[in-house]
Amino acid sequence: MNDNQAAIQAAMLGAELATSGMLHPELAAPSDESVVKEGRRLEHAEGTSRPIRPPSEPQPRGARIRGNRRVSQSEAANRFIAATQHEKMHDERLWDLRQKRDRVMHRIPEWEELRSLASAIKEHTLTHLDEYLDQFEANARSNGIHVHWARDGAEHNRIVHEILREHGATSLIKSKSMLTEECGFRTYMASVGIEVIETDLGERIQQLDNEDPSHVVVPAVHKLRTDVAQVFAKTLGTDPGNSNVHYLAEAQREATRPLILKADAGMTGANFVVAETGTFVVCTNEGNADLSANVPKLHIASIGIEKLIPSLEHLAVFVRLLSRSALGSPITQYTSHFRGPRVGGEMHVVLVDNGRSKRLGMEEFWTSLKCIRCGACMNTCPVYRRSGGLSYGATYSGPIGLIIDPTFNRHKYSALPFSSTLNGSCTNVCPVKINIHEQIAAWRKVMAENHELPLMKKSAMKAAGALLAHPTLYRAAIASADVALNVLPRFALYNRLNAWGKHREVPHAPRQTFHSWYRKNRGTP
Amino acid sequence: MSSRDDILAAVHANLPKLDRPPPWVPMFDDSPPASLLAAFRESLLEMGGDFLDAPAGEDRLQPIRQRLTEAKVVCSATPEVAGNRPLSSVHAPQDLADVDIGVVRAAFAVAETGSICLTDANLGVNALGYLSQHLIVLLDPADIVVNLHHAYRRPEFGQGHYATFHTGPSATADIEGVLIHGAQGVRSLTVVPVPRPAG
Repeated sequence: MNDNQAAIQAAMLGAELATSGMLHPELAAPSDESVVKEGRRLEHAEGTSRPIRPPSEPQPRGARIRGNRRVSQSEAANRFIAATQHEKMHDERLWDLRQKRDRVMHRIPEWEELRSLASAIKEHTLTHLDEYLDQFEANARSNGIHVHWARDGAEHNRIVHEILREHGATSLIKSKSMLTEECGFRTYMASVGIEVIETDLGERIQQLDNEDPSHVVVPAVHKLRTDVAQVFAKTLGTDPGNSNVHYLAEAQREATRPLILKADAGMTGANFVVAETGTFVVCTNEGNADLSANVPKLHIASIGIEKLIPSLEHLAVFVRLLSRSALGSPITQYTSHFRGPRVGGEMHVVLVDNGRSKRLGMEEFWTSLKCIRCGACMNTCPVYRRSGGLSYGATYSGPIGLIIDPTFNRHKYSALPFSSTLNGSCTNVCPVKINIHEQIAAWRKVMAENHELPLMKKSAMKAAGALLAHPTLYRAAIASADVALNVLPRFALYNRLNAWGKHREVPHAPRQTFHSWYRKNRGTP
Repeated sequence: MSSRDDILAAVHANLPKLDRPPPWVPMFDDSPPASLLAAFRESLLEMGGDFLDAPAGEDRLQPIRQRLTEAKVVCSATPEVAGNRPLSSVHAPQDLADVDIGVVRAAFAVAETGSICLTDANLGVNALGYLSQHLIVLLDPADIVVNLHHAYRRPEFGQGHYATFHTGPSATADIEGVLIHGAQGVRSLTVVPVPRPAG
């Protein structure tokens, strides 16, 4: 082999390595823009593990919201799928996060034990939640934190407004918080003349584009760089033809810093709240929460009442799980513990219920309160990855959204539990072991019992119901369906009547049904 | 009834009637790395941080002095390194807006994650850790714990009002997953192994 051949072979091998494991190898970027240090390519935080770059394309928008009418996730998903580049990029990036999670998980021998511990700690806390809330409040107060309580989003917004009014504050810098999204906080603040500035890059992009966050951890993951370039050109005055990511991120940093320096107040959420020490904990990669908390004199933290854990020894379990599950990064760049105001500063905590106490009483669904908002279930979900978070038309999207959103509005979100294949991957990756796919199935039952089934599901379910009620009929139908899958021509499987054949290949049918295998190998059941 | 009493009453009424005792959490320290310093360094680099060690025999602070000559405004919260913006002249966090390099000493570090812990006492003014363009962190190699379970047994979390783990610099990859250092906070974080002064 001469040098030239060797070089070609090496290049081919390199290309193969770069695209191996990719869902859409055609997205592989010709050059790498990531950070390389001491010869190693870094992929911490939400960085991709390989260079990818899609061609530009107009951005598809999210679900159409019409008052209290039922949101059609599938209608918005169809539009997202039709935007091929957006769909592929979204699919690729989130699957990459899932793979990064797997790699970092394999480095921790006690991973499964940590998941069991996290689940047990959360279940213990939730079954004693009133005691731990009381304990946190007492400890926080004794450290000089002002503690407020809000029954719902509206009360939360009024309380924060009142605190700001007392201080004559008219501008507020804040870090990302799903709770404030729940409360419709920015809309309310705009109506009373308070300027709210999001400081997380992804959240700021979404704010400037008048869109909700599409993902709990990476709010603008559904956008391409060219979409961001358009938003920034319109709002920050950047060059509309320049979609270089370093340029866009730097433009946002430079535009936001003066706003941070002159803000009257800062707001954060919290990832965890430790009752024993009266501490709340905030995890970010950008350092924006710590700027929001440490630059203005006034710091307000909005916290859902389910964030409680008993003590610091428990906190270790969650900090080890959170970023590894979310991004496949060992920890977030910043994990900050607030126990009281700084010298000359003032600190307020607003504890918000907004439906959580009611959810606690729902026998089948209370464990959804264990959620630590890592987004692992979203990254792994085949429906979410291909339809984008905004297609759900609700604060929470993906598998966790399917089981939380209906607790806020059962009718409006009644179609959401059907946006799942019930494959159970969400449950398998959940760091606090929420049985997400079982709760999705249970919500379908609730919707059926409450006559909230979408029309298409109704006729299909009626036929399925008759079948499932008769074991002999069911077995005969499954056996013949498996045979049919293997012999039917493509046009019979992939047509408009079979929603399951749309955008996906029907799996190869097993030669034998489980029932017939069991009868043959394990005797009569 | 007040909102507080309302919420606590609703929570109490809806508590699942299940027996869920708090679990015992192990320390997971059966197989510690041979060198905590080497493990810390490796984790730090993976998270985008820098590690600056002086050549054997040379003054530990020499590499820092070299870095400082390139900076206009240096604010140090440590007695070992002198800056030109004394903390005593900082009356509000905003006064730190033009700092090029901040210098602080870590309370301790965590080998598992490559994190250093900074408290309000270490920072002097909390915003020094975020408004500076670059951060230099002195770390006594004797102050490294093996993992987060050990970290949360440390007294720092029950003492001051603020304690934070910094793991590498401020970072984002919110646009197409392209990793950027220097999102909103520091653009680089450099750890320099320097033992604490005796006494």
